Amino acid sequence: MALSGIGGRLYRGDTSFNFIAKRRRWFAASGLLIIISAIALGTQGLKLGIEFKGGSVLTVKAASVTVADGQAALKSAGVTTESIVQKIGTDKLRLQTTDLPQSTISAARTALAATFKVDPSNIDIQTVGPSWGKEITHKAIYGLIGFLIVVMLYLAMAFEPKMALSAIVAVIHDVFITVGIYALVGFDVTPATVIGFLTILGYSLYDTVVVFDKVRENTKGITATAKQTYSQAANLALNQTLVRSFNTSLIALLPVASILFVGAGLLGAGTLKDLSLALFIGLATGTYSSIFVATPLLATLHEREPAMQALAKRVSARSGGVESTVDKNTAGVVTSTHSKESHERGPRNQPKRKPRRR
Amino acid sequence: MSANISKATKKPAKSGRTIAALLVIFIAFAALAIFQGDTKLKLGLDLRGGTSVTLAPKVAAGGKVDTAAVEQAVAIIRQRVNSLGVAESEVSSQSNGDIIVSVPGNSSSRVVDLVGATAQLRFRQVLAVGAGNAATTASLATPAATKAGAKKPAATPATFPSGVTMALDTAFKNLDCTVPANRQGGAIDDPNQPLISCSRDGSSKYILAAAEVEGDQVSKASAVLDNTNGNGWMVLLNFNGAGTSAFGKMTTRVTSLASPQNQAAIVLDGLVVSAPRINEAINTGSAQISGSFTQTLATDLANKLKYGALPLSLSVQEINQISPTLGSDQLHAGLLAGLIGLILVVLYSLLYYRGLGLVSVGSLLVAGSITYLSFLLLGKWIGFTLTLAGIAGAIVSIGITADSFIVYFERLRDEVRDGRSLRTAVQTGWLRARRTILVADFVSLIAAGLLYFFAVGGVRGFAFTLGLTTFVDLIVVFFFTKPLVTILSKVAFYSEGNNLSGLSAKSLGVVAVTGKDAL
Repeated sequence: MALSGIGGRLYRGDTSFNFIAKRRRWFAASGLLIIISAIALGTQGLKLGIEFKGGSVLTVKAASVTVADGQAALKSAGVTTESIVQKIGTDKLRLQTTDLPQSTISAARTALAATFKVDPSNIDIQTVGPSWGKEITHKAIYGLIGFLIVVMLYLAMAFEPKMALSAIVAVIHDVFITVGIYALVGFDVTPATVIGFLTILGYSLYDTVVVFDKVRENTKGITATAKQTYSQAANLALNQTLVRSFNTSLIALLPVASILFVGAGLLGAGTLKDLSLALFIGLATGTYSSIFVATPLLATLHEREPAMQALAKRVSARSGGVESTVDKNTAGVVTSTHSKESHERGPRNQPKRKPRRR
Repeated sequence: MSANISKATKKPAKSGRTIAALLVIFIAFAALAIFQGDTKLKLGLDLRGGTSVTLAPKVAAGGKVDTAAVEQAVAIIRQRVNSLGVAESEVSSQSNGDIIVSVPGNSSSRVVDLVGATAQLRFRQVLAVGAGNAATTASLATPAATKAGAKKPAATPATFPSGVTMALDTAFKNLDCTVPANRQGGAIDDPNQPLISCSRDGSSKYILAAAEVEGDQVSKASAVLDNTNGNGWMVLLNFNGAGTSAFGKMTTRVTSLASPQNQAAIVLDGLVVSAPRINEAINTGSAQISGSFTQTLATDLANKLKYGALPLSLSVQEINQISPTLGSDQLHAGLLAGLIGLILVVLYSLLYYRGLGLVSVGSLLVAGSITYLSFLLLGKWIGFTLTLAGIAGAIVSIGITADSFIVYFERLRDEVRDGRSLRTAVQTGWLRARRTILVADFVSLIAAGLLYFFAVGGVRGFAFTLGLTTFVDLIVVFFFTKPLVTILSKVAFYSEGNNLSGLSAKSLGVVAVTGKDAL
């Protein structure tokens, strides 16, 4: 397999994509997406499903259904407020009304049954009170905050605080952009969508955790040698786990895509479609963020540490002044640290004959 | 990590034993499931059709939900729903005070009407009493009853008890309280009109006068043990200002009347809870109801008076009426989506990982079997029902489960790329992959746990299956995938790096590895 071969070259660093060095570009791209999302949210807002506004959805399955007949039936039942009638597939009609008294809904059901000649008990009805959505939203927000705190603490313990911070920023980035896409495209937001958003959290982190685990391995005792800067080690980790990230994301996307396909194709609107659409978009942004946001951010945070800046200086000096990926605004200080450390470490720091090419 | 390598090189027989042990445990649980007779999944209403209603108590801003009041409401609604006679109907309360009613089978608006009605507590004078059975009740028309007291003279001859009309008498005669449908409560209960009603247990039926005291005029009710007079358990009752004068007026009037007209019926939700005799005019605003009460009965009555007095106002949050047709459509769609997802994942693993892909296919099958068995057993043990959202969770988890295999396989291949023999790589790669898998799965478990805790209604099923399958994933990776790979690493097909094994030098790109600095 061609991809397999690439895996080997990426692992050894023969082929390398420099994700970290170009981080400003990714940060700018993400920033732009976030701004677009914020504007979309601010101007268009989210298109909320009936669960958040209150209302009823009636679904009729009959041999021949038309939108016009459906609207006429609703009208005859005394539904005067705005209603949305959609045809799903060839034999289903979905009628969405505003929050109406139960008696009107019952009348609508009878009228539809008569119009399409089906048994009233075969008409599916979902009615939602106006306060239902508020409760779900509150719970979702509590869930989000709770999740972020718990996971941040856990990652801070399992890995390190800076990794926890980077991972959380990437997760917030994913959720925000996913919600932004919903606002921009105008997809319906239902409780299933909200649950989808929350599930993205776990997914997005899965990818990030895999990459960070390798970063941690590569950067272990990194200051003892002067082979690589933190950014370079992190970048190698990214490349080494690239095939893994690609495979895990693809494998995770396949079942979600099949739910989306079946849910939207066979059932029309509903739990399956709403859930899988949110997951699909979230997974895609999650894969992007673990490579282009989380790890570059982690590298940025670490490069601010004096020890890592000193390391960068040493690496830079050894590779003959080749441009490093680090800011050089503290050059004076770093030089002195460098000489002190070389003195301390002695022979271990002797340049090898053939410095690592980057 | 290298320090741990020696620990990891286990004897080959151990891997075989691990898989065998997993198999034995699986068979034991499967036998248990068959023995218990639950070989069918418990399906949620969205997959088999039915009506579910979610009700939330209306609480003033900043107020708390009174759990006792919710329990009382659940009991009232349960009585109404049970009168429908549908098997497996459920009424339950959630931790946040929400009440969920689910009635399987054909969807009908009757459930919604029944459940939606508010419970009201009223005090009415008893005009006539009869046994609950319609057949044994004779007409009340007796020449003896000529007492005055009805506000409007009846249009019929004075042979009826006061306040009883011909129409009421006929309705009373025809009422059969042994039929559950007549005891569903929540019926039209106009306080200004006389009422024909059953007792809650159906043993007697009543003709009741117009309501005189409303439930919200009761300020306090409690069950107490009367030690001084030896009356046993009784219920103490206090009225507010308006209640005191209304109850005073009522008791003053009826106390001198003949039985049963000197009884005041306590009517909850259109049904008679109790009809105590009034012994004296009570103008003080506090009354006591005594009789042969047990503690339970007294507490029960007190609760009914207390919470009936402040009927828990419920708002309908969500109604789902799903026909069995749509239910089976959703079930099939869910299963189809799962099948397609599984096939895609299997195809991709075989295409990319070749021989190793077989391991992931086998592991997925094992994970699937364990998950299915868990659904069966949990259905029995904790009443787990599979909903559409639950199916979605299970499908999504195919990806998570397969991800663990990928993490391990990629680690394994990395180790081989570093020049290790497959036999060593299986162990060193595992040590590193294990930590990644544990951390990643633990994050997934946290996510599922919080989703479950904060999710409402059906979406809880999603979180539950997601959490369950993540747990199953851990079991499978540790006790099946890893031992299986260890065993296979001794098989020539894999250890010699056959082109189809997924571990060949070519597919790993290890051709140029010699002479290079090891990382």
